[in-house]
Amino acid sequence: MSGDHEAAVDISQLRVIRGKRPALHDFSVRIDRGSITGLLGPSGCGKTTLIRCVVGTQLVASGSVRALGLPAGSSALRHRVGYMPQDPTIYSDLRIIDNVRYFASLYGFGRGAADSAVDRVGLGDHSTAYCGNLSGGQRARVSLACALVCQPELLVLDEPTVGLDPVLRSDLWTQFTELARAGTTLLDSSHVMDEADHGGDLVLMRDGHLVAHTTPTRLREDTGCTTLEDAFLAIITGNTRRQAG
Amino acid sequence: MIVLVPILVITLMYFMFQNAPHRPGAPTPFNNACLILLGLFPLFLMFIITSITMQRERASGTLERILTTPLRRLDLLAAYGTAFSIAAATQAILACTVSFWLLGFDTAGSPVWVFVIAIVNAILGVGLGLLCSAFARTEFQAVQFIPLVMVPQLLLAGIIAPRALMPSWLEWISNLLPASYALEALQQVGAHTGLTGVAVRDIAVVSTFAIAALCLAAATLRRRTP
Repeated sequence: MSGDHEAAVDISQLRVIRGKRPALHDFSVRIDRGSITGLLGPSGCGKTTLIRCVVGTQLVASGSVRALGLPAGSSALRHRVGYMPQDPTIYSDLRIIDNVRYFASLYGFGRGAADSAVDRVGLGDHSTAYCGNLSGGQRARVSLACALVCQPELLVLDEPTVGLDPVLRSDLWTQFTELARAGTTLLDSSHVMDEADHGGDLVLMRDGHLVAHTTPTRLREDTGCTTLEDAFLAIITGNTRRQAG
Repeated sequence: MIVLVPILVITLMYFMFQNAPHRPGAPTPFNNACLILLGLFPLFLMFIITSITMQRERASGTLERILTTPLRRLDLLAAYGTAFSIAAATQAILACTVSFWLLGFDTAGSPVWVFVIAIVNAILGVGLGLLCSAFARTEFQAVQFIPLVMVPQLLLAGIIAPRALMPSWLEWISNLLPASYALEALQQVGAHTGLTGVAVRDIAVVSTFAIAALCLAAATLRRRTP
């Protein structure tokens, strides 16, 4: 692999304006290759905007976003980055397998890749069901399969486990960990703090600002809290106090 | 649906005009109406289908998602264009077959040219549909582009009142709309045995409009959005 020293995602001084309001202010963060990084923060804090910057679908006011050493969204990256948007963006009038095969073919993969991606998300038995008849959690899994099918080096997942049952969630996390061990970098967002314990790294955000780039263990040590929920609250109130003082 | 609806409408018109009087020597009213329908139905139908499908792609986020894949924008447009053109071709072949063989429809020129014009019109419909989908936020708005974009075009093309009888300012507007040329080409094929120069020019004009619409549509496919 070329350029292992380079970060998987390197964002510096990123400013994004959505509508008339700034969504990200001078945001800088570096994500190492082969890591699982959880992007956490309250809803509306800019997680999705940040993710869209990384996959190159967001207009950027200033700053730079590089993924795998190249400017985000450049055509050479499109083979190497997998993206699962927040809403399950699949075709309801197609069968599960056809949705995944369609995305597989966009990346130049064949039917085998599609079949194994569907198996991975635990929908192998339903693969001929029409997506319009699926539950919300199943639709999310189809969408995930569409992102997994391209076997990306960088997998960007916007709230991948929302609405899934605990069994499936832990199963997916096992797979994510395996992927990371095999060298894939994962960037996922969540607004549920419990999810954070699965990730190796944590990027805490609030109102378009980076609050902290840390790990679950370090966050607990720094704040002296046992649950991450409390730790996040502590660090935010600490921040607010510092800004006020 | 796409394939059968035009045939049903044409058959309906056949019976509508069955007892209509006509001057000997002049083409029957059904002949006139059928010619217009064969040529312009693809334009109308393909516009509706493409504008709504593409609007759904944009609104559901699938468009944004597939634009993060290695797919090129031109590939996407070409895929859309071919998929819908194949549908339009099937439709036109069946509708032409039924009209020419079963309903006694006849043109002075070759039926092949009626078919060619129908296909060019279908591609124009696809291009305009893709373009208009960019300006619609919901499927409901996309449907409203039909009366806005299609109906005036078809009316000014001279379906009901001949263009020559329109006030000159309306005729000028009509000169700027592609459907006018599509209809003129059809009428040329209907009235003359060989392919006339006017018909060739008209087909070229409609093709140019179709390509221009597709190019403008490509410009509305933005990888990065605010």
